[in-house]
Amino acid sequence: MGIYVDALREGWILLSSGTLDVWAIIVTSLRVSGAATMIALLIGIPVGLFVGLKRFVGRGVALLVFNSGMGMPPVFVGLIVAMALSRRGPFGDLSLLYSQTAMVIAQVIIATPIVMAITAAAVSAVPRELRLQARSLGAQGWRVALLTLREARMGLIAAVAGGFGSVISEVGAVQMVGGNLQGETRVMTTAIVQYTRMGRYGYALSLALVLMAMVVFVNVALTRMQTSAQQWERQ
Amino acid sequence: MHHFSSAPRSRRLVGLGLTALMAFALIGCSQPAQKPASPAAEKPTEVILASTTSTQDSGLFDVLIPAFEKANPLYKIKVVAVGTGEALKLGETKDADVLLVHAKADEEKLVAAGFGIERRDVMYNDFVIVGPASDPAGIKASADTTAAMKALKAAGEAGKAVFISRGDDSGTHKKELKLWAASGIATPTPGTDKWYESTGQGMGETLKIASEKGAYTLADRATYLSMKDTIELAVDREGDKGLLNQYGVIVVTDAKNQVGGQAFFDWVLSAEGQKVIGDYGVEKYGQQLFIPNAQ
Repeated sequence: MGIYVDALREGWILLSSGTLDVWAIIVTSLRVSGAATMIALLIGIPVGLFVGLKRFVGRGVALLVFNSGMGMPPVFVGLIVAMALSRRGPFGDLSLLYSQTAMVIAQVIIATPIVMAITAAAVSAVPRELRLQARSLGAQGWRVALLTLREARMGLIAAVAGGFGSVISEVGAVQMVGGNLQGETRVMTTAIVQYTRMGRYGYALSLALVLMAMVVFVNVALTRMQTSAQQWERQ
Repeated sequence: MHHFSSAPRSRRLVGLGLTALMAFALIGCSQPAQKPASPAAEKPTEVILASTTSTQDSGLFDVLIPAFEKANPLYKIKVVAVGTGEALKLGETKDADVLLVHAKADEEKLVAAGFGIERRDVMYNDFVIVGPASDPAGIKASADTTAAMKALKAAGEAGKAVFISRGDDSGTHKKELKLWAASGIATPTPGTDKWYESTGQGMGETLKIASEKGAYTLADRATYLSMKDTIELAVDREGDKGLLNQYGVIVVTDAKNQVGGQAFFDWVLSAEGQKVIGDYGVEKYGQQLFIPNAQ
C-alpha cells in the first residue's frame, strides 16, 4: 500500500501548492468535453427524438446503428479522424490535426450516438396515448415533440451524463488527434497516461482523483436534477 | 418510469451472459490439466525487459528478442516499452528483471542506489535533428550542434520555425535538454515560448506531430528511419559528436527473475548478441542503426 500512500501524499502537495499546471489541464478538459457534449446534444436529441417517435422504413437499422455507435471504440474514432485531418488526408489543408478543434470533432463523434440512443429510448417510452391526446387537443407537430421531450426529461438527463461521461474519461482518441501538447491539447486523461509513463505516479494519481471527483460530481448533480424532477412530477 | 421498465430483464440477460462467460473460463482452465504433461523440457520462465519506446519503435527487439530466445530456450522475454523515467522506476520497484535504456547518468545513479547489480555499455546510436527539408532555421550550415541550437532558437523567436520537444523525461528528452544547456540557452518553456511545444509522448508520436506542424525535433536515427516514409521530415543535422546516444543494460537486484535477467545481460554483451545488434538495419535501411560497443 506504500506506493499509493506516497503517490497520494505527493499528489496532494502538487494539487494544493499549484506547482503542477493542473488547473490549465482541467480547464482544457472541461472546455473540450463540454463543447463536444453540447454539440452532441444539439445533433443527438433531434435525431433521437425523430427515430424514437416516428415509424419509418429502416428505423430498426437506425436504432441498431445508434446502439452499436454507443459501443464504438474511441481509438477507432481517433484513427479515422486523425487520418482525415492529417496533411495527406482529405481535410489536411485545414491544418486541424493536433488542435482542440480536432479533439472536439472526435468527441462529438463518440458522444452523439450515445445521446441519440438514450434519447430514442427515452422518448419511445413516453406513452403513445399522451401524444395522441395532445394531438387531439390541436397541438402541432413540434409542440407534441416538445411535450414528449418534457415527459422524457429524465432520460435526457441520462443522455447528458452518458455523453459527457464518455468523452471526459476517454483517452485513446484525444491522444491521437490532440497530441497531448502542453498548454494546448493536454487534457486530464492524456496527462495521466504521460505521467504514468514517466513514472510520476503522484502527478498521475492526483489528476486521476480530480477526474474521478469530476465524474462523481456531474453524476451527483444530474441525479439531484432527476430526483427533483421526479418530486415535481408527483406534485 | 416506463423507459426503465426493461431494466430487470436486461439485468437478467447480463447475469446469464456472465454465467456463460464464467463457464467458458472454467472449461478453458480445466482443459490443459486434462492433457498429458508435455514431454518437452521445462516451461520457459518469463523475463521482463523494461526499455524505452524509442528502442521498441526502432524495431531492434523484433530481431534481438527472437535471437536471444533461440539461444536461451529457458527464457521468454516480455518487453515493457515505456519512457526512460518509468523504465528506471520499474527497476526500483523490481517490476522488471532487466533494463535496457539510454540515460547513462540516471542508470549509474540507479546502480549506486542499490537497485541494479551492474551497468554495462551495450551499443550506441545517434540522434539527428529532423525538420522541414527547406531547413528554415538554416541549421545545416551551422558550424556545430551548439550553433545549430542557437539558430533554432533565433528562427523560433523570429516566427520562422517551431521545435517540438518530447517533454517526457525520456532519454531523448534529456539529451535535448543537455543540448540547449550546452549551447548556453535556458530551457524554453512551452506556452511562454510560442515556438517550443512539448508532446509528453513517445518518439513515433512526436515525429508525426513535428511532421504535421512542419517543425523541428530531436529524434534517434533508428526511429526516424523506420518512419521516414510516412512523415515529411528530413535530416537537417547529423554526425556531430554531441549527438551520440549510449545504451546501457542493468540487471535489477533481487528481481523476480534475476537469473533470467542476468542471462539476457550476459547474452546481449556476448559476441553473439553484439553481432545481432551490429547487423540490424543493414538489410532494411542500407545502414547500421546501432553500433555495438560492449567492453
